[in-house]
Amino acid sequence: MALVAVSAKRLDSGALTAELMAGAPGDGAVATFTGLVRNHNQGRKVRFLEYEAYEPLAVRALRRIVDEARASWPEVRLGLHHRIGRLEIGEASIIIVVVSPHRADAFAACRYAIERVKQIVPIWKREHFEGGEIWLEGATADPDDEEARQTAQRIACA
Amino acid sequence: MRVTIRLFARLRDLAGAGELVRDVPEQATVQTVWNALKTEMPSLVAYEGTMSVAVNAEYSRMAAAVHDGDEVAFLPPVSGG
Repeated sequence: MALVAVSAKRLDSGALTAELMAGAPGDGAVATFTGLVRNHNQGRKVRFLEYEAYEPLAVRALRRIVDEARASWPEVRLGLHHRIGRLEIGEASIIIVVVSPHRADAFAACRYAIERVKQIVPIWKREHFEGGEIWLEGATADPDDEEARQTAQRIACA
Repeated sequence: MRVTIRLFARLRDLAGAGELVRDVPEQATVQTVWNALKTEMPSLVAYEGTMSVAVNAEYSRMAAAVHDGDEVAFLPPVSGG
């Protein structure tokens, strides 16, 4: 199983965790983040989401996040899978699994990774809500924006 | 020379297509490609200050040179996760 992936398939954090743990026997911590489709957003009742990606660049951006995290926390191993296509309420849109000798690095690297996903990975969500639909737009993606990267690092270590 | 332009999310909706093939002059940059595109589709101009660009699926800059056969992508602000 690839440690980073963008795919329309249902996400499986158990399988990703097993894959990471197989490569790090004896480690003491696993931190997992699962992002779910919420039923409400900014006062709107959400019906479902549609995710779109620029896939080759999205995979590269995910790999970059893994490399960045390992530069800050050298002992961690990360897996990041993002789902695309139509997702219903309660379904997982992203899973991030971090295996590490100790919990502090696992939590920090996991938080760092999701913050960076929201900054630099070319994926977009279209929200279908009761009464309409809208493309959500967050950050202007710039992986070389060191200020943004440091913001993610600060949040991770807070 | 000829490039493929890729557009995503709302930029794709505004353009009515996610993939366009256009002839551009030799010595063109990403900026040259964008200038021609926004002349053709003025509604895209709204994204000039917030979009990112990529060449051949690598993040790039407006001043970067493009070459025959390149894929040039214009990306609205991202909202993954």
